[in-house]
Amino acid sequence: MLEIKNLHVKLEEEDKAILKGVDLTVEAGKVHAIMGPNGSGKSTLSYVLSGRDGYVVTEGAAHLEGEDLLEMEPEERAAAGLFLAFQYPVEIPGVGNMTFLRTAVNAQRKARGEEEMSAADFLKVIRAKAKELNIDAEMLKRPVNVGFSGGEKKRNEILQMAMLEPKMCILDETDSGLDVDAMRLVADGVNALRDAGRGFLVITHYQRLLDHIKPDVVHIMADGRIVKTGGPDLALEVENNGYADILAEVA
Amino acid sequence: MAALARKADVTADRLAVLDLPQGGKWATEARQAALARVNAMGLPGRRDEYWKYTDPTNLTVPEAPPAALFDPRETPVFDDTERLQIVFVDGVFDAEASDDLEMAGLEISRLAEAGGHDIHWAKDVYGVLEASGQAPVERPLAALNTAYATDGVLIRVTGKAAKPVSLMYLHKSETSDAILHHTIRVEKGADLTILENGPAAARFNKCMEVDVADGAAFHHIRVQGRDHERRAATHIFARVGAAATFKSFTLTVNGRLTRNEAVIEIVGDEAVAHIAGASVGDGDFHHDDTVFVTHDAVNCESRQVFKKVLRNGATGVFQGKILVKEGAQKTDGYQISQSLLLDEDSQFLAKPELEIYADDVICSHGSTSGAIDETALFYLRSRGVPEAAATDLLVLAFLAEALDEIEDEGLREGILAHLEGWLARRRR
Repeated sequence: MLEIKNLHVKLEEEDKAILKGVDLTVEAGKVHAIMGPNGSGKSTLSYVLSGRDGYVVTEGAAHLEGEDLLEMEPEERAAAGLFLAFQYPVEIPGVGNMTFLRTAVNAQRKARGEEEMSAADFLKVIRAKAKELNIDAEMLKRPVNVGFSGGEKKRNEILQMAMLEPKMCILDETDSGLDVDAMRLVADGVNALRDAGRGFLVITHYQRLLDHIKPDVVHIMADGRIVKTGGPDLALEVENNGYADILAEVA
Repeated sequence: MAALARKADVTADRLAVLDLPQGGKWATEARQAALARVNAMGLPGRRDEYWKYTDPTNLTVPEAPPAALFDPRETPVFDDTERLQIVFVDGVFDAEASDDLEMAGLEISRLAEAGGHDIHWAKDVYGVLEASGQAPVERPLAALNTAYATDGVLIRVTGKAAKPVSLMYLHKSETSDAILHHTIRVEKGADLTILENGPAAARFNKCMEVDVADGAAFHHIRVQGRDHERRAATHIFARVGAAATFKSFTLTVNGRLTRNEAVIEIVGDEAVAHIAGASVGDGDFHHDDTVFVTHDAVNCESRQVFKKVLRNGATGVFQGKILVKEGAQKTDGYQISQSLLLDEDSQFLAKPELEIYADDVICSHGSTSGAIDETALFYLRSRGVPEAAATDLLVLAFLAEALDEIEDEGLREGILAHLEGWLARRRR
């Protein structure tokens, strides 16, 4: 599904390398988790994959189902099936949540040569999905993320994911700022989307999210590289001993 | 002295090509008084304080600079709204294209025909509000309009108008130079909506005087023409009575030069006056909103909301003032002027002013200039919305506060659709 090979990335504005050779393959139907200390490059990886400005790829490649991601505009990556759930979802005053989502769904359909969704069908689908995530009609009408609580913003990300039905989902610190109940709601939303044809990359700081979204593979990232890969037990090891032991072990 | 002499020359040259329309004692008196004002003030020049950001040359030269005609691919506005339509072609009334000037609760006549009649209500408005709006800031183009306007409508409203009166201005001659003057009195408790649209002429000087009596309501929604090369100088003079409502919104999406002045005087307690504008300029576009709101009564509310989206070297100007006179307590005044600059070639020049002589008031004003929010743009694109469409969404979001000033939902939706169409056609 997602294939990242020897990816090197530096900041555009200063000559500072952030990713120093990332190799990672996420298969369809699998959930991979990336854990790592602050500043290890986890969020940078998610931004580079989704096409945010400000980064320069100096070496390596990233493909989604064989298509070269790095050559595409952000909207093309989305239409190809990539989705990033933001660590800090952006507030957009003046743009209604519903208008935004409908525009996005239909833009992706159009880009893929599919028929656009009618207003009535869209309404039916979004109401059902919003209900599962405990998102009320009022939240759908409000401007995108404006005045939303931390939990509401994250649930709104998952709602977008549910509506857009991407093939490859990247979740960037989706647990940050969530209390236990909100985290469970978000995790349930993600789990409902787990599917044999869909891959997940869950970026997190803490193991606790992985209690709810059970990973198949866990990677540890440090200083711009994947330094260790293992099963779900690896996350528990981090939880119990911190990163220091693992980093010392691979150094 | 040289500057003064030059001003006198510019004025004399301009007036030399105009004829003072004849007919009717009251109208002739008003015109002659206005002509005296023009001669005393002289036409505006670049050195005048209120013309520092906008070059008036093309508005004052004797002959109108030519302007190519309307792009027929663009859609007309207000077509879905039931209305009484009055059409002017290059400033000349078109009887055939216009509806009968009759509606319950309204007396409508034309300035060109009114001179001979003794319309005493009009005597108290025509040129009167304009004259009182000449201080403290001179507006010589408005006085010139009062003196030389060839036509326009005179509307007296005594009840609730069943539908809006729509003034449509067509532009069919590349060198037309039109001067129209509308005079409106909304009587106590009456209610009128005026719609205006169209480029009008290669050069258009338009003045509208509106007297909103106690408890009356006046709504004005305007779309200023689709011909890019047209030039316009417009004035609205409004007097707003007790518990009356005055609301005006203007959308400008084209035009090489537009100067819209509004002079609003709130004279009765508990009145509300809102004036708003949304403009989107691309390339050779200069748009100037010059607004003066005077509070001379207790417990009144005023709002000025102006938003401009500029790109490819377009220029936006805002000069807005709130004057709160002594004794105008409990005034709630608000003024916002903002620009969204889509590139580094465009500019926004703003001069917000507050002058307050009462101590128990709330007045706030703000002016900002900014680029598109890159983070929001990326967020939209990451969800699959192409860059151009995402930019349009953010542009519409930026303009929303101004569009929200249109009270009627149907009209607001119509204006929004017009704007969306314009943006979509101009995507890069």
